[in-house]
Amino acid sequence: MSNPTNLHYTKEHEWVAIEGDVATIGITAYAAEKLGDVVFVDLPKVGSSTTYMKICGEIESTKSVGELYAPLDGEVIEINSVVVDAPETVNSDPFGSGWLIKVRFSSLPELMTASEYDALTGEG
Amino acid sequence: MPQTPLHAEHARLGASFTDFGGWDMPVRYSSDLAEHEAVRNSAGLFDISHMAEIFVSGPQAASFLDYALVIQSSAIAIGKAKYALICNAQGGIIDDLIVYRLADDEFLVIANAGNRHAVVHALKERAIFQGFVGVEDKSDDFALLALQGPLATELLQQVVDTDLSALPYYSIARGKVSSVDAFLCRTGYTGEDGFEVMVPAADAVKIFNSLLELGITPCGLASRDTLRLEAGMPLYGHELNLEINPYQAGLGRVVKLERDDDFVGKSALAALAQKAQDSVLVGLVGSGKRAARADYEVFSSDTLIGKVTSGALSPTLGYPVAMAYVSKQFSDVGSEVEVDIRGTRLAMTVVKLPFYKRSK
Repeated sequence: MSNPTNLHYTKEHEWVAIEGDVATIGITAYAAEKLGDVVFVDLPKVGSSTTYMKICGEIESTKSVGELYAPLDGEVIEINSVVVDAPETVNSDPFGSGWLIKVRFSSLPELMTASEYDALTGEG
Repeated sequence: MPQTPLHAEHARLGASFTDFGGWDMPVRYSSDLAEHEAVRNSAGLFDISHMAEIFVSGPQAASFLDYALVIQSSAIAIGKAKYALICNAQGGIIDDLIVYRLADDEFLVIANAGNRHAVVHALKERAIFQGFVGVEDKSDDFALLALQGPLATELLQQVVDTDLSALPYYSIARGKVSSVDAFLCRTGYTGEDGFEVMVPAADAVKIFNSLLELGITPCGLASRDTLRLEAGMPLYGHELNLEINPYQAGLGRVVKLERDDDFVGKSALAALAQKAQDSVLVGLVGSGKRAARADYEVFSSDTLIGKVTSGALSPTLGYPVAMAYVSKQFSDVGSEVEVDIRGTRLAMTVVKLPFYKRSK
């Protein structure tokens, strides 16, 4: 699956969609594929704060545990209850309905573009 | 890294690969959960060509294996198989094996990929003292395919010239699969009925594809691991290693101490059998969706009592299951323990293995 060009990326394989001061965050198709079938997601609580590149959640597959790194400083304003109830959504639609959290942020760190992320994962 | 003769087929099917026992093996094709489910409900096909095939032959083959392994191979009827251990002189487990008797004077020993050289070395060393016996590592000459699941036998029958229903569990026969000479073994590592089919490496691609054409789902090692875990089967390097003795691993029944003749490790194992084990292998179950995984620590309140060796959120059962070594005093069925899951404690209960048993 190609990485959408309208999104930003981190080296920890998160994608970030920016809308105003709200960032929607998920993991990339590459990360979901590497993890295997996701069976459990542990997301931060609404209202908790996130710190750039600090772990704020976990994504567990049958075989391994992936950590969710916060791509920016901010406050969690929403978590995706769809993936909590149906973690496999992360595999089936990682860039869409498999999003994980929405964070309100004050400043934006430098993130990767799709082509930079393509280069990181050896795609494109 | 070594590859099986089917590596290109796996790549063609879109597999992801992982290093297993030093081999580049398919971990999954698309979804390990779907592959797991296929084996539980219909049929799955695994490439297990990384495993070692060692032929032991000669007039002394049976008495040699009696000496080299902890089981009594001479008591295996021709065409039958037995689960076995090869131990060192201290009673530590070098590997777990399946021993098939092909003829009065010929046996096939299947060893784990990562232990191939250790097993071959130990057998050859032990053969020096045992007269006329040949130990031949033919792992590179053969491919091994496992067809597992409730529909495996019926599907395999479509391409086999012998009557598979005449072949009971833990037995082996020669036959033809898609016109290729093969060994058909009614054994497996998933908790389901099925066959392991051994064919010449040169015919592996042809056989693999003829089995896929029957509609059997290709399955990777991720599902193989969750399947064997549910079935309570040990995996060398996790539940078994050189520092573990069979009595700790719940495999005391495999060791035939009552035999009159000697075998490697016998005196050490006889002493170990009398001694209370410090820690023993148990099954653990919990609730929720978080898995206790290998190397996580097991506690009873604040006391560290053991370590998880394998664990997953059971795809079939829907709750976390694990195998762990825990102090003997906490090993009784019903004991309540806690596993440290990356800083959070998960309550788990000791249960009898296996976690999953197929309905006959």
